[in-house]
Formats: sequence, C-alpha cells, structure tokens
Amino acid sequence: MLGDGFKQSAKTGICGCTTLSRDEIVAEIRAKGLTTTKEVMNVLGWKQEEGCSKCRPAINYYLGMIYPDTHKDEKESRFVNERMSANIQKDGTFTVVPRMYGGVTTPEDLKKIADVSIKYDVKVVKVTGGQRLDLIGIKKEDVPKVWEELDMPSGYAYAKSLRTVKTCVGSQFCRFGTQDSMGMGALLERKYERLDFPAKFKMAVNGCPRNCAESCTKDIGIVGNDGGWEVFIGGNGGIKPRIADSFCKVKTDEELVEICSAVMQYYRETGNYLERTSDWVERMGLDSIKAVILDNEEERKALAQRIDFALTQVTDPWKKMLSDGRARTALFDAAEIR
Amino acid sequence: MGVARQTYPAGKVEEYLKQIGRVVIIKGIELAVFRTSGDEFYALENRNPHPKGGPLAEGIVSGHYLYDPLYDWKIDLRTGEVQAPDKGQAAAYPVHVDGDSVVIEI
Repeated sequence: MLGDGFKQSAKTGICGCTTLSRDEIVAEIRAKGLTTTKEVMNVLGWKQEEGCSKCRPAINYYLGMIYPDTHKDEKESRFVNERMSANIQKDGTFTVVPRMYGGVTTPEDLKKIADVSIKYDVKVVKVTGGQRLDLIGIKKEDVPKVWEELDMPSGYAYAKSLRTVKTCVGSQFCRFGTQDSMGMGALLERKYERLDFPAKFKMAVNGCPRNCAESCTKDIGIVGNDGGWEVFIGGNGGIKPRIADSFCKVKTDEELVEICSAVMQYYRETGNYLERTSDWVERMGLDSIKAVILDNEEERKALAQRIDFALTQVTDPWKKMLSDGRARTALFDAAEIR
Repeated sequence: MGVARQTYPAGKVEEYLKQIGRVVIIKGIELAVFRTSGDEFYALENRNPHPKGGPLAEGIVSGHYLYDPLYDWKIDLRTGEVQAPDKGQAAAYPVHVDGDSVVIEI
C-alpha cells in the first residue's frame, strides 16, 4: 500500500523544459514535419523558449536521424566538443585525435604527427584506450592549423559517433589468428565513421576467441572463429560496466556487415539521446532486438539500407571547417582589441 | 565604482554568430562575448566561476542564459550570476550595438 503522502508524480520529460518523452518528441517531429530545434520547441510548447543544454543537443540529434539528407546541423545546439570538432580540456586548450583505422598507423603518419606536435607545442602525446594517439593541450587558435598540417581524417574522439574499432593482430601475422581482424576493423571504421549516434559508439574485432581486443566491453564486439564471426552487443567498460551479450554467429564478411548496419541503425532510431547500447539493450530486451534484426530479413535489410543512405551524407568536419572561413574565425580566433 | 569606464569597438555584428560565443581580448582582459538569437549582446570575463576555472565562451546559449562548457552551470548573461543550485559570479561588462558595430565598456 502506498502511504497517505503518495501523490501521482508529474510526468517527467527529457529535461525540465518539457513533459514530453523522447518517443513522443520523435513521433511529433515525424507527424508534424518539424525541421529545426526552434520549431520543435515552439510547436511542442517548451517552458524555456530556447531550451537547455540537455534538450537542444538531443533534438538536434533526433532531427539529423530522421532527416539525414535535409537536416541542417545546428552548431549552436551542439556541446562544445562536437561544435569545435575537438575535445576541450579544463584549461580551455583542446585535444586533437586523428583517425587510425583499426588502430593501425604508418611510419609516415607517425612522422607527420611528431612534426606537427613539436611545431604546435603539444603538451602530451597519449596513447588512448582505443588504439590511437591523443594530442593534448593545443591552443584554441592553433587547432585548425593542426588539422590542416596533419591532413588526416578526424578521429571523432569528441563525438557521439563511432570512436574506434579496436583490433588484435589477427590472421595477417598472429599464429593463432583465424580471421583478418585488422582488415575487418579498418573496413568497419571506414564504413561507419562520421555518423551521429545517440551516444559514443565503440567496436572491436578479434581474429580468434582469445579476444585480445576485448570485444566484451564494446557496443559491438566481433570475435573471429574457424567458420566465421560471432557478434556481441551492449558491452561497456565505463562507469557502469556490462559484459556484451552474444547476438549471433555469421559465416561471411557480408553477413557481418549487414548485421552491424542493422544493429547500429536500430539503435540510432530507438535509442534515447546519451543512452549507451548497454542501457539500450537492457531497456529494449535482447530478444526483441533479435526478433527485429535476426528473425526479420526484410526489416534487417531495410535498416541496413537506411544507414547506408545516412552514410552517404557525412563529410569530414575538419576539412569542412577549414573551408568555411567565417565559422573558423568565429569559433577559433580571438579578436584582440588595442 | 568611481572608476570611469572606457568604450572599445569590438568588431561588426556579423562577425558574431548567433548563440555562439567569441573571445575578445581588450587591454589584456579576455572576454567571452555572446550574441543571442534576438541580437542582444552580452560580455562576461572568459573565466569560469567554477572552482576548477576554465573558459566560458564555448557554452550553450539559451535566451539570456549560458550553460557553461565544462561543468554545465547555468549563468545569467546579463549579470554573470550563477543560477541555483550552483553558486558563483562571473564578471559582466556592458555591451551595446552602435549602428553595425559592437561596443564594449570596460
């Protein structure tokens, strides 16, 4: 029995600006054809007219997910790191992380990284958990120059997007390797980079069940075996650790890619903004995700087609910023008045 | 109090993107200058009132409020006052628009 003091609690929305849930907001955007965060907040009766730091980035994500080809990304509704395409540090300097597909680099790229790091007085070069390099402590006004001189793709270390695909050495060199994990890792990282997700997204590919690249703590973890690949989903090594669930086994690389596409797109379409797959899998239920993706070939293929379409719309944000003088100046350059 | 403020021209209105802060340095003082969606201008010292410090210019702007970029504190751009439940104060400086020029008083 509930006590006398119990009162039906007011319906809580995604933040203090609204009582609407994520699903209600997404349904309203689709039903009414709403196209900007401003329009969403106006039409849906936001209490704080221009929203807050919780709802604005969320609405901007939902709009991009629903209209991958027509939504104009709203920089003013992005968190600092995503707006700047770099990670802010507590002293206001930034960290730049270039791509190293599948955790594989070259002596030429390492030389370039070393030269740029020396030239721009990078404070720390740190090896990350995702098998690449952080260039930490770059002055704000130098960030675009570092991008330009590195001339490497953005690693998206700042984004709610695919971070890295961690790999082991695999069959190219390892005596235990049964699958080409470095090759598959680089292929997947190139295919899915740059796309927005509800939260950051990490992957791993292993050449054999020894699992040296630790698939069990990744959003999608892939483990090679003699006959193909096993796919795991919903792992997390962060604040609330969770061991990934076995999702399915496939025989071919093509099947593997299709499963990854479908899982990612289903998460993009149903995930709450900032909800990692570890929470998403528990909320949706592993069996219900399996029913949509594994038991329904038509839906699986449709999901894969939708992510492929969204992927045709993405571009490298560093190159884009370097070609947009007004945005570059407004975001990165201080105006000194004498 | 008692000290006469001086005015400084700080560029044209169109050099400021709406709802995106810009760093302006005047006489060695680093300011974070904001243009709201309604074309009002505000300037705070670009120093986060949070004990760990850091900048303010990269925060998210909503009306005349700023959500700071590092700790998500809500700050009134008009006064620099940190909103409850957090406590603190950023230094605020008067800004006005003269024609198409932004003018800051320090």
